[in-house]
Amino acid sequence: MVDSLERPAPGPVRTSPFAVLRNAWRGLTSMRTALVLLFLLAVAALPGALLPQRSLNLNLVDQYFTDHPDLAPLMDRIGLFDVFAAPWFAAIYLMLMVSLIGCVLPRSVEHLRALRTPPVATPRNLGRLPHHATGPVDGTPDEVADRVRALLRGWRSAERTEERAGAGVREFSAEKGYLREAGNVLFHLAMVGLLVGFAAGKLYGYEGSVIIPVGNQFCNSGILGYDSFRAGLRVDGTELEPFCLRIDQFEASYRADGQAADYRAEIGYQTTSDLDEGSTAEWRPATLAVNAPLRVDGLRVYLMDHGYAPRFTVTFPDGQQRTGEIQWRVVDPSTLLSEGATKFERPGITDEEQRRTSQLAITGLFAPTSSGGDVVTSVFPALRDPEVAVDVLRGDLGLDDGRGQSIFQVDQRQIESGALQRVARANLVPGQEITLDDGTVIRFDGVNQWVGVQVSHDPGQDWVLVFAIAVLIGITLSLTIRRRRFWVRLQAADTEGRTVVELGGLARTDRAGYGEEFDRLRAELLGPEKKDG
Amino acid sequence: MLAQYSDWFYIAAVAVYVLAMVLHAYAQAAVRTRRPVLVGAGGTPADIPAAEEQPARAVGARAANMGVSVAVLGALLHLASIVARGLATERWPLGNMYEFISMITFAAVVTWLVMLRRVPAARSAAPWVLLPIVVLMTLGGTALYTAAGPVMPALRSYWLPVHVTAIAISSGLLIVSGVASILFLLRSGSGVPAAIAERMPTADVLDRVAYRVMIVAFPLYTFAVVAGAVWAEAAWGRFWGWDPKETVAFVAWVIYAAYLHARATAGWRTGRAAWINIAGLTTMIFNLFFINLVVAGLHSYAGVG
Ligand code: HEM
Repeated sequence: MVDSLERPAPGPVRTSPFAVLRNAWRGLTSMRTALVLLFLLAVAALPGALLPQRSLNLNLVDQYFTDHPDLAPLMDRIGLFDVFAAPWFAAIYLMLMVSLIGCVLPRSVEHLRALRTPPVATPRNLGRLPHHATGPVDGTPDEVADRVRALLRGWRSAERTEERAGAGVREFSAEKGYLREAGNVLFHLAMVGLLVGFAAGKLYGYEGSVIIPVGNQFCNSGILGYDSFRAGLRVDGTELEPFCLRIDQFEASYRADGQAADYRAEIGYQTTSDLDEGSTAEWRPATLAVNAPLRVDGLRVYLMDHGYAPRFTVTFPDGQQRTGEIQWRVVDPSTLLSEGATKFERPGITDEEQRRTSQLAITGLFAPTSSGGDVVTSVFPALRDPEVAVDVLRGDLGLDDGRGQSIFQVDQRQIESGALQRVARANLVPGQEITLDDGTVIRFDGVNQWVGVQVSHDPGQDWVLVFAIAVLIGITLSLTIRRRRFWVRLQAADTEGRTVVELGGLARTDRAGYGEEFDRLRAELLGPEKKDG
Repeated sequence: MLAQYSDWFYIAAVAVYVLAMVLHAYAQAAVRTRRPVLVGAGGTPADIPAAEEQPARAVGARAANMGVSVAVLGALLHLASIVARGLATERWPLGNMYEFISMITFAAVVTWLVMLRRVPAARSAAPWVLLPIVVLMTLGGTALYTAAGPVMPALRSYWLPVHVTAIAISSGLLIVSGVASILFLLRSGSGVPAAIAERMPTADVLDRVAYRVMIVAFPLYTFAVVAGAVWAEAAWGRFWGWDPKETVAFVAWVIYAAYLHARATAGWRTGRAAWINIAGLTTMIFNLFFINLVVAGLHSYAGVG
């Protein structure tokens, strides 16, 4: 029965290396090992949920380091902040995979063989089985045999005739529910496929995100185009799928309380083959919305977030103008209050030193719907009453010292060292301007929107879905189908024209409920009355 | 208006479940009269019911039958509450923890009622099964209560009803299975006063209930996780990202797989398997409360506070 699924325990250790290997293999592919490995996997995954993970939120990990300066580095060394990339995690699931394959391949073979062998012969003593019944019925053994055959339609059955005590004894053995084992094998094989597909995605996939102001375009040409990029282990970023994207329009709608109701972006795109053919004037139209990415060329393009990009025009004392429009980042998602730094370099200056020390930065807060008053805050996320509260800084922004700089901030060190100084502070609504001490005029022209877009490529994804569906089918078959056996023995009774029928039944799997089916079969053959066993 | 009705139905359902619990408990208390009566009747053979015992038994059986009918009534009220909520908010009523708990407990009650038809011998476990349901519903209706309202855009997708409903229903099933395993351990262990243990279904029945519910719950839960992945692929840009909620759902799934394995491993089939089932249930409850309320993640739209 169920216990027969157990492999024999590894025997006493013999000295031959072959035997050692074989015992190791048997150990690894035993049910008990599978159980232990499943537990290990569960336990190993838990810190991934309880501790901050780099892959999800770097800030939380940094916070953890600040809060636990002694413990965190040790935890980091064993990979507790990157659980799902840790070697011990991989070790556990690789062992489970090996165990799984080692377990399921022999089972598949066994199952195929079982499909080709007839059901096991009728046990001598049917009375010993969990379900059995016996009784005389009307009809010759031949007639009853016909009834049994009709009853066993849909079962795999075999019929034997045996001479016993000078009379012919007919025996039927039948079995049903082979799909259970098939489902189980399908389930386990599909698990392997799913894991392989998942791993392939991790190796060959990538994911990049980029902010694109409305009206601008973006091409998937290399890692540098992205604001952040996560590459699979086998991706070096030199061969990304060519693809271009243009944001034509963005719309967000909000409920009265400011909660977002919907977003959508109208976009145009050019596929790899468009680009290959050089037909770059045409843009194919599409809409990106929440829960509705664009899928094209094995890429998926998602609309992730959105925000504002205030536009400023600086008129320098010599009459030259520069306009700057760059995204500011959201500091309060519920009202889209944003902060940022729009940076300018004074045009037409040839002296290097002077060029460097006359840079401008407009930093501060932007409110799409301003509360009004001296301190600007935002009360609603839509663009109803925009206002900025800005500090204008002049001096050396520190752009040339080779260190990367955030586009949302100025380098605080430059302010501390006095190289960058505040020369004005004001609240502006669109159209308003301020004049600096040297005659430079800064006008707040208006606001553009930007959208955050994620581009993802995962070659394993479709396979994972296919195998996941196979897993579902397999597990459903395997758990809901009962493997059961049924035997009938017919023997001519002493009275002419009557037959003694003996029935036996056995559920091979761990599931109650066979009793009812057996009762039904018995009622068909023996009549409902004779309850026995 | 409808929202108000929904709340009233919810409260009524809790009250009616409590009544069902009381009836079942009373039914079991009535059985107790048997032994004193036997002793009092002096020399009455144990297998022949004493004359006085008959009425007590009959009363007990009637109370138990009433308990089942009352529980059915509770389930109808409960269903009405869920439907009214959906109509009031004009969306699938699974947008926050209160609604989620309501759906889980409804699924648990229905599972239990269906199980009673299949395994009538399990009936005496009723008070114990209803207890956690009432506790959960009380928590959901008070501390986690959320007034009816629309949901955030990320939640608006066809996959929301599919994924979340499947999770809720499988959670309800898993609660019933887990409670059966807890009772199995209480019944077969020695730590429980005999007076209580004897009134439970036999260990064998409890074990069977746990397994029979599980074989429906596990495929459904697997489906729920897969549906979640399909939705996450459309909503969050990846089908699986080890978000805390996903991770704990995965852990629970692995534990339940271990339970099914244990059912097929010599020496693990009953007692140890029951412990594994309980570990799985603990993980599910942890996922429902701790991860939703404490750990920040993409799934943290619990809608409380
Ligand atoms: C990724 C790892 C694995 C998972 C998630 C898993 C999951 C499952 C599940 C859910 C079942 C219940 C379905 C059923 O009863 O047919 C099952 C059954 C089974 N598994 Fe696995 N399994 C894994 C690995 C293994 C390994 C390594 C072995 C080999 C020792 C194994 C052997 C079996 C056997 C023999 C059954 C049949 C039990 C029965 O008929 O009731 N599994 N497995």
